[in-house]
Amino acid sequence: MKQLSNFVQIWPPLVATAIALGSWEFLLWITQPDGFVLPPPTEIAAAVGENFATITTATRVTGFIIVTGLVAGVLLGITAALLVTTFRTANETITPLAVAINAIPIVALAPIFNFWFGLLSPRSNQAVVVALVFFPIVINTARGLTEVEPSQIELMESYGVRKWRIIREVRIPNAMPFFFTALKLATSLAVIAAIVAEYFGGRQDALGNIITSSAGLTRYADAWAAVLAGSLLGIVLYGVAVLAERVTMPWYFLARRS
Amino acid sequence: MTSQNVPAVEIRGVSKVFNPGGSNEVLALEDINLEIAAGDFVTLIGPSGCGKSTLLRLVAALVGSSSGEVLVNGKSADQARLDRDYSMVFQKAGLFDWRNVARNIELPLELMGWRKSARHRRSTEMLELVQLQDFARHFPQQLSGGMAQRVAIARAMSFNPALLLMDEPFGALDEMTREHMQNEVLRIWSETNTTVIFVTHSISEAVFLSTKVVVMSPRPGRIAAVLENHLESRDDTARDSPEFFANVSEVRKLLRAGEN
Ligand SMILES: Nc1ncnc2c1ncn2[C@@H]1O[C@H](COP(=O)(O)OP(=O)(O)OP(=O)(O)O)[C@@H](O)[C@H]1O
Ligand SMILES: [Mg+2]
Repeated sequence: MKQLSNFVQIWPPLVATAIALGSWEFLLWITQPDGFVLPPPTEIAAAVGENFATITTATRVTGFIIVTGLVAGVLLGITAALLVTTFRTANETITPLAVAINAIPIVALAPIFNFWFGLLSPRSNQAVVVALVFFPIVINTARGLTEVEPSQIELMESYGVRKWRIIREVRIPNAMPFFFTALKLATSLAVIAAIVAEYFGGRQDALGNIITSSAGLTRYADAWAAVLAGSLLGIVLYGVAVLAERVTMPWYFLARRS
Repeated sequence: MTSQNVPAVEIRGVSKVFNPGGSNEVLALEDINLEIAAGDFVTLIGPSGCGKSTLLRLVAALVGSSSGEVLVNGKSADQARLDRDYSMVFQKAGLFDWRNVARNIELPLELMGWRKSARHRRSTEMLELVQLQDFARHFPQQLSGGMAQRVAIARAMSFNPALLLMDEPFGALDEMTREHMQNEVLRIWSETNTTVIFVTHSISEAVFLSTKVVVMSPRPGRIAAVLENHLESRDDTARDSPEFFANVSEVRKLLRAGEN
């Protein structure tokens, strides 16, 4: 329980958020800017209230795309990292491929994916998420699998064990902190990827579509309500990743000696 | 298991060339001959790069020799590795951060398929041997350097290997801890009847610990001399005895001679 104590320290950010929202509301109230480019928090809250059903549906639709894309990208990334670090030929084929994929501005591919998967299919959005999540997972996990203290590998060899046993006992646990660093990064990437991909196509009742259509109709409070839902998704996913990290590697968070 | 007549280690005419034929070819060891009897405590000493670690790795079959023969308990070094006749300790303790102390010690036993209850009994015994009974559930990050190295020794001794190979195990420790660890290792050695090959840079450490000091010289790595090292006792009084000082200066002389 003691290890969770830092995690439970949520009061400071809550207070900071309240102060930020308060000053935002107050500043707009005293300056009274033209138009509705930046609506005050109360108006956004009202928009959420009015369109509650639409926003929750959209959050569910986009959340599904994010989570499935994230899971698929992470699984693909882990598999690729294991292949790359275990077999030399895999390293020579997959690594350049991963680098090449990373060099493509994936989000720019969204309209092309729409053409492949159908304009209204969520598949194209998922594909964008998978492609964006894949690279950081492969690179970090592969680093964790290879950056092992050489004497630890020699020790295992001196016990006369096979390669797969070394992978299981040493390389995989060694890669865990690297993997979780990438996973936390991947959660925010996945949210961005899904919403931007939805600007170009996919289901019409998703967050990205609500943002573009509301903004087009100058209903900015509605657009902001959808943005808010997107950031909530990001925060929840990040929190889940942090929690998973704590639960799977309690040893990593022990107070370090000296 | 091991008959008293078979030497623990026999090294016959062994040479080791790294990257043979390449532009970075290194003759690390040349014509090494050494016989180590069961129960001996042998230290390898010599300047950096003279091939001490390489010699240890040859005995461990972690590298192969370019010529000559290495026998451990009368078997090929590789067979001895597969039979788990020896165990290694490195300068870095090399504990696994994700295993607590007890489970680090039990690692080799797990790999050998010991049952959980037997493993647990063994790690408890080993923790007593290195006097860390109260730290079974601690994690490596929570240990000092000396404690971590004691856990590494307990791990190495957990399956009763006939031969213990130690590569500068106390190189990273401060002088006080180091002397304490030397006493520990001598105690464990005398209690368990293990044969030890111990690499060190410290002349006093070599003379205090070993029954035999192997002095090596560099470029190419060779054995310059072997000194039989008999001390009356091996406790703290031995560190101040005249024979200790005599042997220290003898080893120093041999090292100097090897350098020229
Ligand atoms: N894997 C390797 N590949 C190429 N050369 C090597 C390799 N391992 C050792 N050498 C070379 O062999 C020689 C002996 O190295 P070794 O590590 O055995 O020396 P050492 O006596 O243990 O030195 P130190 O006291 O610094 O640990 C050195 O010249 C080193 O560069
Ligand atoms: Mg060395």
